[in-house]
Amino acid sequence: MLSRTANHLYWMARYIERAETTARLLEVGGRNALMPDIGGGFRNDWEAILRANGTLEMFNDKYGETVQRNIETFLFFDSDNPSSVLSCLNMARENARVVRTALTSSVWDAINSAYQELKQFQRTERSKLELSDLTEWTLRATSLIRGCIETTQLRNDGYHFMGSGFGIERGDNTARLLDVKYYVLLPSVSYVGSGLDQSQWVTLLRSMSAHRAFSWSYPGELTAAKIADFLILNRKFPRSLLSAVYQTCDHLDHIGRGYGSVSPSQAKVREILAELAEAGVKDIFEEGLHEFLLRFMRQNGELAHTVQETYLQGTPT
Amino acid sequence: MTERDDLVFNEMLNGAEVRAAYESLERWHKSMPDEMRTLKQSEAENLFKRVGITFAVYGEGGDPERLIPFDMFPRVFTDSEWRKLDRGIRQRAAALNAFLADVYDRAEIVRAGRIPEHLITRNDAYEKAAIGFRPPRNVYSHIVGIDLVRTGADQFFVLEDNCRTPSGVSYMLQNREIMMRMFPQLFLENRIAPVDGYARLLKKTLASVAPQKCDSEPTVVILTPGQFNSAYYEHSFLADLMGVELVEGQDLFVEGDFVWMKTTEGPRKVDVIYRRIDDAFIDPLCFRPDSMLGVPGLMSVYRSGGVNICSCPGAGVADDKAIYTYVPEMIRFYLGEAPILENVPTWQCARKDEFKYVMEHLPELVVKEVHGSGGYGMLVGPAADTSTIELFRQKIVENPSNYIAQPTLSLSACPTFVDAGIAPRHVDLRPYCLVGETIELVPGGLTRVALTEGSLVVNSSQGGGVKDTWVLAE
Repeated sequence: MLSRTANHLYWMARYIERAETTARLLEVGGRNALMPDIGGGFRNDWEAILRANGTLEMFNDKYGETVQRNIETFLFFDSDNPSSVLSCLNMARENARVVRTALTSSVWDAINSAYQELKQFQRTERSKLELSDLTEWTLRATSLIRGCIETTQLRNDGYHFMGSGFGIERGDNTARLLDVKYYVLLPSVSYVGSGLDQSQWVTLLRSMSAHRAFSWSYPGELTAAKIADFLILNRKFPRSLLSAVYQTCDHLDHIGRGYGSVSPSQAKVREILAELAEAGVKDIFEEGLHEFLLRFMRQNGELAHTVQETYLQGTPT
Repeated sequence: MTERDDLVFNEMLNGAEVRAAYESLERWHKSMPDEMRTLKQSEAENLFKRVGITFAVYGEGGDPERLIPFDMFPRVFTDSEWRKLDRGIRQRAAALNAFLADVYDRAEIVRAGRIPEHLITRNDAYEKAAIGFRPPRNVYSHIVGIDLVRTGADQFFVLEDNCRTPSGVSYMLQNREIMMRMFPQLFLENRIAPVDGYARLLKKTLASVAPQKCDSEPTVVILTPGQFNSAYYEHSFLADLMGVELVEGQDLFVEGDFVWMKTTEGPRKVDVIYRRIDDAFIDPLCFRPDSMLGVPGLMSVYRSGGVNICSCPGAGVADDKAIYTYVPEMIRFYLGEAPILENVPTWQCARKDEFKYVMEHLPELVVKEVHGSGGYGMLVGPAADTSTIELFRQKIVENPSNYIAQPTLSLSACPTFVDAGIAPRHVDLRPYCLVGETIELVPGGLTRVALTEGSLVVNSSQGGGVKDTWVLAE
């Protein structure tokens, strides 16, 4: 397949995943804002959300004050914000449009319809749009696209490039969502176990649609260790870091097998996988959750870079 | 513009009677209630929107993804009408290719004094890099779009030839798909010749002109300027139907004696490039150095037989409006046959006597730029006001050789859905003739319709729409 085609498919998937994450971040933010304001909570929460989105500075330059309505607009509708739901879905559609021939009509239809509906929202008066409706809509739209990919796409290399895109982006995004919680909401370890802390951990689980799944998987007290284990190391939870890396690995293996050659990206993903599979929650907390997450994001980024170099640039070899 | 209805040939009627070919359509539209029609029309629009057939109009702003208006009332040709067109189109496509092979070789037609030399050598589309090189099978223009108009029951005229990269064939195919989906009954009642073999024939044609150095199943690609091109949809649609890669300049590179495309498995050799970009952008080393769309070194690979480019660089010299006048001459000269399809009488403003006639009759004539296309830079005398006419007079005086003039033809009209039911609207026809090892033509083409009452301009960029075009099997 053309390297450029593979590149578009890969990035289409990454943007769909990213749109979903931004919507999830908005959901966390919206819910946190409803919590009692303890220790300057409200302001900081939104700042943390923007930081996880990677756009805190841009927001401050553009809007100054962290007013919730502005943040909502910025994260959902602002086309200047490259991580807004609107930007991500636009980018996903642009990538899809270029490679229409590599997508089934139902996948294209799902992406294109999402785009058309989003344009409709843009024309709607902002006060008539509830934040929760917007985030729910996003999760529904991206699920539909995913479903169409799963049920209709040929399992060829294109499919696996999409899969790698989803996997790599998901790993990065889960790490970011987790880092919001850790990095800002828990500035000092003494907060761990407090009432506020628990409700915010639950919010984090909710943002990954994992609140009940967690309760099923881990009986007893809600602890930071359990949650970290669930979101990082539990293979049964589809958004955990380990699951994301397994997913990426699986797709890259398919590509390598199809082409009859082992690529450097397979070696790279195995390296990350081996480390994660060995790790325990205790090690992670010893290293420091934040440090661990940063390191994971860096490794995941290197993996993305390797995939790009191996397959997507088509550099003459 | 006013015109007398009785002077316009209505393709559905013979005097006051409905022609046999249109009988089932007459019943069909009469039995369709207004609400149903509105419903079907919006269904059609939705289908177009969903498959994403859009086109862009340059330089007008607005929505970059516009839908072309689709009129549901089909245009019908009988088998015998089509047989004549079919022969005429194939003849013309063959002559145009013979002409191209000649002008880049010994230019016998010039030596014989049948065509003035300057019309060729001073033509912008004349490609010096193509002289003395014979492309595979000596074919230069592989997809020839011939624009036809009708003025009477048996009277057809060729309006212009398109030898480079005629567009619109995706509409021909999609219009049919949509009609079959919405009105299957019509296809049971009528024996309508299918057009869906086009993609297979196109692929066969392109594969048949693989270069000498290609010794296995040729790899065909379509080269597009990219997603922002107005015809991008068509490029990707054809690539999809043929099962070939749709590439941009950045996907190709030259190494050794061949052209390669960058794939996830490394470089893969490309044998035939169906390019949908203009000559000037093909190869920055050979043509425009600022082109980002092309492939550096492509022309030298082409000239050494490592790759074929369809249409061949320089093919445009056969389709400009000054050369057009000589196509009947080409048919006689190369094929030794009488032209089956007529040209519209054309006055060349560059010629003194004809210039004088044009100046005296401007309000009756259609004036076109020699190199213009898309209905731009055109004067429709009878529809223009005095100041527009005077403006054109100025332009022609300043640069007479840039203009040709033709009589305002009374284009045939075809029933078309309007708010108040159906009404006749002017139409033209563009069939797509494929030239490779054989000459192929699917029965049908793209019918464009001027949706505004009385208008003669059918270009999509100027308020034209499209119709499904039927050829009834005997």
